[in-house]
Amino acid sequence: MVTRGFFGRRRETPPRPIPPGQYLERGFPVLTAGPTQRVPLDQWSFVLVGAEGEPLGEWNWEQFRSLPETEIHTDIHCVTKWSKLDTTWKGVTIDDLLTAAGVSDPSPYLMAFSYGGYTTNLPTWDVLEGRGMVAFEFDGQPIAAEHGGPARLVVPHLYFWKSAKWLRGIRFMPQDQPGFWEQYGYHMYGDPWKEQRYWGD
Amino acid sequence: MGRLVPDPTAAPATTWQSATVERVAVETYRAKTFTLRLAEPSPFRAGQHYDVRLTAPDGYQAQRSYSIASAPDDFGRIDLTVELIPDGEVSPYFHEVVEPGDLLEVRGPIGGPFTWTPDLAGPLLLLAGGSGIVPLKSILMHRGLASPDTPALLLYSARGPEDIIYRKFLDSAGRRNPSVAVRCALTRRQPPGWIGYDRRVDPAMLRECIDELMTMHGNDSVPLSYACGPTGFVEAAADALLSIGVDEATIRTERFGPTQ
Ligand SMILES: Cc1cc2nc3c(=O)[nH]c(=O)nc-3n(C[C@H](O)[C@H](O)[C@H](O)COP(=O)(O)OP(=O)(O)OC[C@H]3O[C@@H](n4cnc5c(N)ncnc54)[C@H](O)[C@@H]3O)c2cc1C
Repeated sequence: MVTRGFFGRRRETPPRPIPPGQYLERGFPVLTAGPTQRVPLDQWSFVLVGAEGEPLGEWNWEQFRSLPETEIHTDIHCVTKWSKLDTTWKGVTIDDLLTAAGVSDPSPYLMAFSYGGYTTNLPTWDVLEGRGMVAFEFDGQPIAAEHGGPARLVVPHLYFWKSAKWLRGIRFMPQDQPGFWEQYGYHMYGDPWKEQRYWGD
Repeated sequence: MGRLVPDPTAAPATTWQSATVERVAVETYRAKTFTLRLAEPSPFRAGQHYDVRLTAPDGYQAQRSYSIASAPDDFGRIDLTVELIPDGEVSPYFHEVVEPGDLLEVRGPIGGPFTWTPDLAGPLLLLAGGSGIVPLKSILMHRGLASPDTPALLLYSARGPEDIIYRKFLDSAGRRNPSVAVRCALTRRQPPGWIGYDRRVDPAMLRECIDELMTMHGNDSVPLSYACGPTGFVEAAADALLSIGVDEATIRTERFGPTQ
């Protein structure tokens, strides 16, 4: 349906395609369901939990920061319609965390869970082979609390609500289960290129 | 958000539908309310929003979210209030082009945690920054119709008196009902003789508001807080609540976007 009298003002052509329904944003908006969490580094830890609830590995901040670091350059896409190009994240890939924990065969799904109670579900495949990391730096600086610091999940090929802020840990699951926004009707997978914003998309 | 239990039946309507603009009302020099009649109405909860999609003749599209200003009790119609962002894309379209009789593509209702239903009871501490008043007005109206004894205090932060949206509604809501209080913080321009707050939201202000709310309803059940508006306002309000010891599980937030 063509909207009467609408021609579009934000016609800045992106240097490369962005997903349907998205617009370019130069700032970095914040989307969170509750207050910003402020987790002191000396109280921070990260855990990997197996499908039976068994601990697979736990790292305090110092131990976490001694793991191998990876830097990625990527575009990110928020379900609230903005896309931000050329962001740089530094962190520990999920591959390196699994290696450090000695886990070779994780269950096919995972639930990321955060300080403050947020959760989001992902297929494990989507965070392996460099597709996902636990990031602690954004554009060369420690990640600000409102953007999910000290550490957040970054899975840039999915809508950014999947990249859980204030990450506390990852629990592997034999079957897919909805996380926080997913229970409210947001899509279970969230591929921005297929515009999978809500159930049924 | 820890103990907010999502409602799995709250799936949004995911299909685009056309809505007819029935009425356009000027609220302030930079806010207008658009009453839409939905082709396929579905029930919503106070606090939810709709997505609007505009399409240019060559297929270019822009989508934005707008909160529902009206109460769920008015089935089949929704009010959206749009504040003009002068260098924006969609809000100037609403302000400069949209008139009664126009068709708009919308989908919704959308949004889970930032909602209020009468079973959640109260007391309610509603914190609005600028256009963040929109979903809080829906909550206030619904409270008045469905649960008029639930105490509510609205703290509304605006730049100046001319920026206050829904002034009539808020005046009468505050005056007519002993269980509703409306407090204003005018951060940049105050009229002569102004006795409300003249500064941005801070912990001391919220302490006073909570004390007033507790006095109003005379028992000690913990208030539910809803903070909505530009990201900077919501961050400041939520941080201030945490700093005075409010349990974060009782705080719900909706961030509209960049701080002006
Ligand atoms: C869940 C949700 C509910 C919302 N409800 C409402 C509502 O009820 N009423 C309402 O008026 N808006 C609401 N918004 C904001 C709305 O979706 C748009 O972001 C806003 O109308 C600006 O769109 P635009 O196309 O005019 O500006 P854009 O073209 O998107 O932006 C133009 C410039 O303005 C800046 N900007 C964008 N948004 C804002 C803002 N909110 N304040 C200040 N600067 C901004 C941008 O960074 C950019 O520099 C809501 C947003 C969300 C996420």
